[in-house]
Amino acid sequence: MNITEKILAKASGKKEVSPEEIVEAKVDVAMVHDLTGPLSVETFRKIGVEKVWDNQRIVVIFDHLVPANSERSAQLHSIMREFVIEQKIENFYDIGRGGVCHQVMPEKGHVRPGELIVGADSHTCTYGAFGAFATGIGATDMAAVFATGALWLKVPNVIKVNAEGRFQRYVTPKDLILNIIGEIKADGAIYKGIEFAGSTIRNMSIDGRMTMCNMAIEASAKTGIVEPDETTLNYIKERTNKPFQIFKNDPAATYEKILNFDITNMELQVSCPHSVDNVKPVSEVAEVSIDQAFLGSCTNGRLEDLRLAASFLKGKKVKNGVRMIVAPASQEVYLQALQEGLLEIFLKAGAIVGNPTCGPCLGGHLGLLAPGEVCISSSNRNFVGRMGSPKAHVYLASPSTVAASAVTGKITDPRALEV
Amino acid sequence: MISGKAIKYGNNVNTDVILPGKYLILTLDPMELAKHAMEGLDPLFFRKAQGGAIIVAGRNFGCGSSREEAPLALKHAGVSCVLAESFARIFYRNAINLGLPVLECSGVSGKVEDGDELVVNLGTGTIKNRSKNLTLRATQLPEFVMEILGDGGLIEHLRKRGLK
Repeated sequence: MNITEKILAKASGKKEVSPEEIVEAKVDVAMVHDLTGPLSVETFRKIGVEKVWDNQRIVVIFDHLVPANSERSAQLHSIMREFVIEQKIENFYDIGRGGVCHQVMPEKGHVRPGELIVGADSHTCTYGAFGAFATGIGATDMAAVFATGALWLKVPNVIKVNAEGRFQRYVTPKDLILNIIGEIKADGAIYKGIEFAGSTIRNMSIDGRMTMCNMAIEASAKTGIVEPDETTLNYIKERTNKPFQIFKNDPAATYEKILNFDITNMELQVSCPHSVDNVKPVSEVAEVSIDQAFLGSCTNGRLEDLRLAASFLKGKKVKNGVRMIVAPASQEVYLQALQEGLLEIFLKAGAIVGNPTCGPCLGGHLGLLAPGEVCISSSNRNFVGRMGSPKAHVYLASPSTVAASAVTGKITDPRALEV
Repeated sequence: MISGKAIKYGNNVNTDVILPGKYLILTLDPMELAKHAMEGLDPLFFRKAQGGAIIVAGRNFGCGSSREEAPLALKHAGVSCVLAESFARIFYRNAINLGLPVLECSGVSGKVEDGDELVVNLGTGTIKNRSKNLTLRATQLPEFVMEILGDGGLIEHLRKRGLK
């Protein structure tokens, strides 16, 4: 079996499972945030049970609309705070205590290898970076998980993506995942899992692996996963003292197909409007003028991303007429970026440094677009209307491309800024 | 049996156009959400869907966010069934959990035009296109999914049959 199958076998109490088999699986951790939580809670109440199945296994994180941007979102927060108190949920990260859910989950030790984790958010697949099976579910599924701790899952066929070679300068894991999505397309992994492997992934940091797994959903994958190794364990050991089980692929593990990517000569990549799989090398979209540059989100708001962007902005200015918004992914990332002097670089460059939030990425608040405006963003979706006006245009790129473009005012290959 | 007029869309119809994020915070009232369904793609949708329409789409219908408000808005706008070449899996589960039938039907987008009169038999997976006098075969739903749909959604199903 491959690791995906092994985790699902364990979760369903079976010795073995095969693709297409439907299993009743026990959930290790369930996460909701402030936008999907209220509907999950309302639906849970309709089931008619008083208590959640296990209040230690539920995590509630406020990130989408923080701080509350309207009276209505303040009400949504109230609904969740009442639920947290009523159900005695200790793993609650209110405003100022956490940040973007997919960063906070591993940071605060709620993600461990070998676990089955569900979240009422499509980017829950991020936790595959730690060798967990993690997938997004809707509010009704979440309500059922709150009540029973279990849900049915179809064991997916898995596509193995082998990436070999070293990145060229300033090329990042974001460029690689955009390149992969451009190849396999938005529905290329529908109903399937993607396992990322090969020397490029082995040499990749945890931050980079999170970016890769985070965007598996943009190829419609059920989950993205990386086999745990020393890099995984070094991160996990510092964050959790709970036991966990590490699964490795059997030598005879099978996959639906294996795709090979040689990244040695890969250019920086840009995903163009209005579909994530509309991916082009940066050289083909250079000269597109931008109005806004956004650095943040569960895809690229981590320390490594902020460091890379800051290296381009140091001593430079964001172009007049362009606004740059930086939102570190969590309080922890924010604090460390502060201590390392990164925030000072952003501020001196004329960027705004906001609080950790998903706000601009989903068109919630703190950086929406007007009709006709163009944004280059380190986030994960560029659908029509995603970041505000349906007549705006969103280009997705790596933190280095976002920073370089903010300086020149048009989409720019960061290598062009090198002296 | 479900019958209605087809409203046709293409591939990769995502949840941001099915229900834009800005409406998620406004209300949990499904009828209010329904008024904004498909707003990003087809501003006339709400009017067209009234009284029971069948959405026919290409590949990967409902991709993107996990927001359950997307199928909820479609259901309350009057959609009685969604037929597509394939579905994004979170949308697929959400729709079934809300009691909105979704059927995978290979070739459906080439054999149905906007406005065609369709009759869908969920039990057998047979789709009749009355306007074109054609019969199509959809992938049959597993029995437990039929039970959830029959009960009107997952919550009603759990209430009726008890928690395991």
